Amino acid sequence: MRGVAAELAFERIFQSAPRERAALDAWRAFAERGLPTTRDEDWRFTPLAALEALDFAEPDGGEIPADALATARARVGDARRTAGALHAPFGAVLEAKLAPFSALNAALAERGAAIDVSADCERSVPFHLVRWLGGGAQLASPRARVTVRAGARATVIEHFVGAPDARSLSNSATDLVLERGAELHYVQLQELPETAFHVSSLASRQAGDSRLHMTSLALGARLSRVQIAATLEGEGAELELDGLYLGRGAQHPDHHTTIDHAAPHTTSRELFKGILDGRAHGVFHGRVHVRPGAQKIDAAQTNRALLLSDGAVIDSKPQLEIYADDVKCSHGASIGQLDPDALFYLRARGLDLAQARALLTTAFAREVLERLPVAALRESLERTLHDWLAPRSAR
Amino acid sequence: MADALLEIRDLHVRVGDKPILRGVDLVVCAGEVHAVMGPNGSGKSTLANVLAGREGYEVTRGTVRFRGADLLALAPEERARAGVFLAFQYPVEIPGVGNSYFMKASVNAVRAARGLTQLDAIDFLGLVKQKAKELEMDEKFLSRSVNEGFSGGEKKRNEILQMSLLEPALAVLDETDSGLDIDALRIVADGVNRLRSPERAILAITHYQRLLEYLVPDRTHVLIGGRIAKSGDRGLALELEKRGYAWIEAEAR
Repeated sequence: MRGVAAELAFERIFQSAPRERAALDAWRAFAERGLPTTRDEDWRFTPLAALEALDFAEPDGGEIPADALATARARVGDARRTAGALHAPFGAVLEAKLAPFSALNAALAERGAAIDVSADCERSVPFHLVRWLGGGAQLASPRARVTVRAGARATVIEHFVGAPDARSLSNSATDLVLERGAELHYVQLQELPETAFHVSSLASRQAGDSRLHMTSLALGARLSRVQIAATLEGEGAELELDGLYLGRGAQHPDHHTTIDHAAPHTTSRELFKGILDGRAHGVFHGRVHVRPGAQKIDAAQTNRALLLSDGAVIDSKPQLEIYADDVKCSHGASIGQLDPDALFYLRARGLDLAQARALLTTAFAREVLERLPVAALRESLERTLHDWLAPRSAR
Repeated sequence: MADALLEIRDLHVRVGDKPILRGVDLVVCAGEVHAVMGPNGSGKSTLANVLAGREGYEVTRGTVRFRGADLLALAPEERARAGVFLAFQYPVEIPGVGNSYFMKASVNAVRAARGLTQLDAIDFLGLVKQKAKELEMDEKFLSRSVNEGFSGGEKKRNEILQMSLLEPALAVLDETDSGLDIDALRIVADGVNRLRSPERAILAITHYQRLLEYLVPDRTHVLIGGRIAKSGDRGLALELEKRGYAWIEAEAR
């Protein structure tokens, strides 16, 4: 550690309670490196200066206000709200590539949510985990583990909301385990206030013939870093990884994804879309790793960013590492403005410039939104996007 | 002479450093159909785009008046709301925007400007289905994204569908006949003919005269080198079909 204010605060929080052995190990792993800097290749485009300066406090244990809870629930509609208790820390999220934040989570998380779905479970109703981030500058360390047993199916929405003006840090860790033939839709919906910090470490492991559809929706937070380590361990496993990130003002949405094709005959499709306005700075780093001997791999990655202002920036870095010869891998990245021909076409039909822009921007995001597994979420997010664009349209 | 709906006077237009239109004069009165013909590169599409207000075309001289008002001062959407419609030569594909949703937004934007009530989803659906049927267009095209994956002919039909919904006072058809087989051409021409009325006018820009067999023009103009080199009645179109443009080019020199 370099002894910046945030690190010292983390240490104080760690020492304020007796910790189990595994937590001690996790703390050591964190303390060895401390908070990353932009000299670290994986953090080159994401400076943490604003976060480093904060003297974080332990979570105050405050409950989510009733109106915030009602708003969060209305987004998802009918859902199951209960999950089993999980005693943290434990190992799976302690992947080196997600460190040091996943280690920090493991050191400090006291309990989390465990969802274990077996094949005889009711299939259609999604699980909805609401994660509340309190005000001031608190450090929250939410933890979740989702296990989908052989042949079972589930939908899980992990939903991050927070107190207005909070400068708090939500440092979450989630792991997803899919047994043979399991199917899981996991959606992370992050709509924290635009003053807060969000780091999410997501690790998935998939057995043969399982299917995982993971979506990250990063709408809020001053700085968000979603780091995903997905491992396809069994033949026939399929992964669809979607993302939509919005940035305005000085927001900084960062996605760092690693897809590890560890078994032959595995498939991954990755689709990320970003809409950046103001001076927002988006980051997308997509790594696809095909291990030696993992033949018949099909991997496709797309990252498209729409820059609505001159001040908005995107750093996009695809990285394919292929150590097998019989594979099909592709990647595409595009960065651009709204299509002027399409804008003119809409205006030539009587839509004003603001309407035309909103229509095209929403259409850009729709490719990700329409793939969401829950209808209520699809509809409410279209409205959110519309509202997000409204102040711009009014200009 | 009836009232002039569109009055183009001495219109000069440049794209970048290149002069394209070099003094176009054209008056279209309500109730009339005019055809503008000409070889490739003569400035036909430039004329259409300037009337619709596309960026990138610089008017260096001349005026365009629509119903007596300065058309060039209006934004593209204001022209559309005032009753000018351009059927695009190359309609744009817009993934993610539903065709029917787009057309409802368009119709309501134009209706609002004309002081008419907004159509709700049900009223609009009834209207658009009826118009699509007249154009022998499959209803599946209403629920798809705007022009996405449409064939050339389907795109042109979609343009005419929009035109019939918006009921413009002046319809500018930019090579609407290109890419249409003979059956589609007849259907599209019927759609345009249905719009004809004593209050409306049509400016059909075309390379070939075959559209004009169905859409009989009152006047035919030949655009060469950015100027109208010759005007005449329908007979001129037939003569062009037979003799090509070279003789007019020679005359114009």
